[in-house]
Amino acid sequence: MRLELRESPPIWLAGMAPILAVGAALVLCAGLIAWTGESVLEAYALLVKGAVGSRFALAETLTRATPLILTGLAAAVAFRAKLWNIGGEGQLYMGALAATWLGTGALDLPAFLLIPVLLIAGALAGGAVLVVPALIKNKLRVDEVVTTLLLNFIILLFVNYLLEGPLKDPMSLGWPQAAPIIDEGLLPKILEKSRLHLGLIIALLAALAIWLVMRFTVWGFEIKAVGLNARGAAFSGINVNGTIIRTALISGGLAGIAGVGEVIGLKGYLTLDLSPGFGYTGIAVAMLAQLHPIGVVVSAFFLAGIYVGADSMGRAVNIPTYLADVLVASSVLCVLVSVMLVRFRIRRG
Amino acid sequence: MDILEILLTTGFWAATLRIATPLIFGTLGELICERAGVLNLGIEGIMTMGAMAGWMWVYQGGDLWGGVAFAAFIGMMFGLLHSGFTVYLGLSQHVTGIGITLLASSLSYFVFRMLLPDATTPPKIEPFQPYAIPLLSDLPVIGPSVFTQTPMTYLALICVAVIWYGLNRTPVGLAVRMAGENPLAVEAQGIDVLAVRTGAVMVGSALMSVGGAFLTMSAFDAFYFGMVNGRGWICVALVIFASWRPGKALLGALLFAGIDALQVRVQQVSGGAAIPYQFFLMAPYVLSILAMVVMARRAAYPKALLAPFRRGDRA
Repeated sequence: MRLELRESPPIWLAGMAPILAVGAALVLCAGLIAWTGESVLEAYALLVKGAVGSRFALAETLTRATPLILTGLAAAVAFRAKLWNIGGEGQLYMGALAATWLGTGALDLPAFLLIPVLLIAGALAGGAVLVVPALIKNKLRVDEVVTTLLLNFIILLFVNYLLEGPLKDPMSLGWPQAAPIIDEGLLPKILEKSRLHLGLIIALLAALAIWLVMRFTVWGFEIKAVGLNARGAAFSGINVNGTIIRTALISGGLAGIAGVGEVIGLKGYLTLDLSPGFGYTGIAVAMLAQLHPIGVVVSAFFLAGIYVGADSMGRAVNIPTYLADVLVASSVLCVLVSVMLVRFRIRRG
Repeated sequence: MDILEILLTTGFWAATLRIATPLIFGTLGELICERAGVLNLGIEGIMTMGAMAGWMWVYQGGDLWGGVAFAAFIGMMFGLLHSGFTVYLGLSQHVTGIGITLLASSLSYFVFRMLLPDATTPPKIEPFQPYAIPLLSDLPVIGPSVFTQTPMTYLALICVAVIWYGLNRTPVGLAVRMAGENPLAVEAQGIDVLAVRTGAVMVGSALMSVGGAFLTMSAFDAFYFGMVNGRGWICVALVIFASWRPGKALLGALLFAGIDALQVRVQQVSGGAAIPYQFFLMAPYVLSILAMVVMARRAAYPKALLAPFRRGDRA
């Protein structure tokens, strides 16, 4: 068996590849559903209904998609430069911490000033945590996969400490949670009788901005060039280390904003269960979208739908909701293969 | 300070070896994969899978060693999947590995919930019991600590010796190391590079899985959600710390586990008054990062690590 590069991959195939891959993942997971003894079609119907079947379901899916768009963008931008940022979860919590620190009364500003300040502070906090591994990568050639991953654990323990210590809300009846964000710092809801908040618009604008930067600016070009061939980029005069740091700031910043959004848009205060792994799911979002910023929006809605739908399916029939995670993981692997099959042709011999 | 006192207790040394065991398995497994030129970031998920699979085997009525073998087999299957993607299809080892971790850990949770839907408190099994080696266990201090461990810890120590010998003194080991350094040379010998790499990844993944199984079958007696808790990633860091050598991997795992065992005891002595417990819990992760930073200058990566091999490509 041998792989042969296609001279010009057919465009219809490139377009269909992710859809076919997701289809393959659905078929694979059908096996798991069959094993539980439930009807496959009924289960998937319940999943779709739970994700988009009603006004409430749709609003929940959009609410869930909001942080996923941002963490997905964070992964997409970094992976473009081959900066393997697996630390989205930690960066998200750093953003949430910054918003909590400044938004619970430390700053007394009107809403139109306070909200942007919180977003910027969160972005800076998220970016700062990623700059450290990026610097270590530049200076010492230490692989950033492991450092960013391990930082997640460190940051979560740090947040745990703050929530049980200095940041603990004395009014919280013993729960480890921070004081609530003051009213001026809260994002308005954008749909009545739902949890959907302005964060969604911010996330969509971020996706648009990242797409514009990647497509039309020198920064975007440099990021892509460094990712494709760092040595080549260096020869053509691009400051590779500088580009890596800049990418780290953007990527960590986006994940930080995701954390701010969850605190000031959804929960209103910081807890340890703020994120059920949005940082990690963001990687899946970016991989499904093949690192394209607009594709990230689509795949974030899709994955959010799977998670929300699986929750509601799990309540109706006897299928563990972990099916959602399996479905997401197998979609990611199937997409990887499909993209490969678009670029290469398998030949015998 | 009481640290010296702690260092002299047998309990400390016994705990060090116990904490080190899953790290030894995991680090050896990752080391074999990387020596053959394949980074395996599926380790965290494969360890979770091994923890679930081995435990479930015993819970369903199988015997303990059968559970270890089952965990190894399942690990191998995920290794096969990883090498199918990275070795045969030449996909990004980073991305595939993370995908494998997502898949393996979510599948373990799914299967666990599927087979035990109503378990609110994790059900327990009868785990491996410590086995005192005759004569050796009568020695002072090291007798009750080193030679009174569970059989899986002895297995881990045997694995270090076997893998050292296998990698450095056998033709198969030479082929594995060459596949990671200079795959073209392997090809020139008429050996199938892809098969060598696949075999190495499968064996390595089996070891990772057994390391996970140690957690549920020896260290504890139940499967918890999130119980691997970053041990897999720590193993990846330890491989770098060990400069890809089995002997140093053992040393690294022991050093690491020793500091971990020490922090628990210092924490108990200090009563948690001076330093909050979360900072003690951070220690292993901070140490891993420090270990990588310190060793980075001397890190001699296998030259073909991360590079897919395609037959007929020119170097």
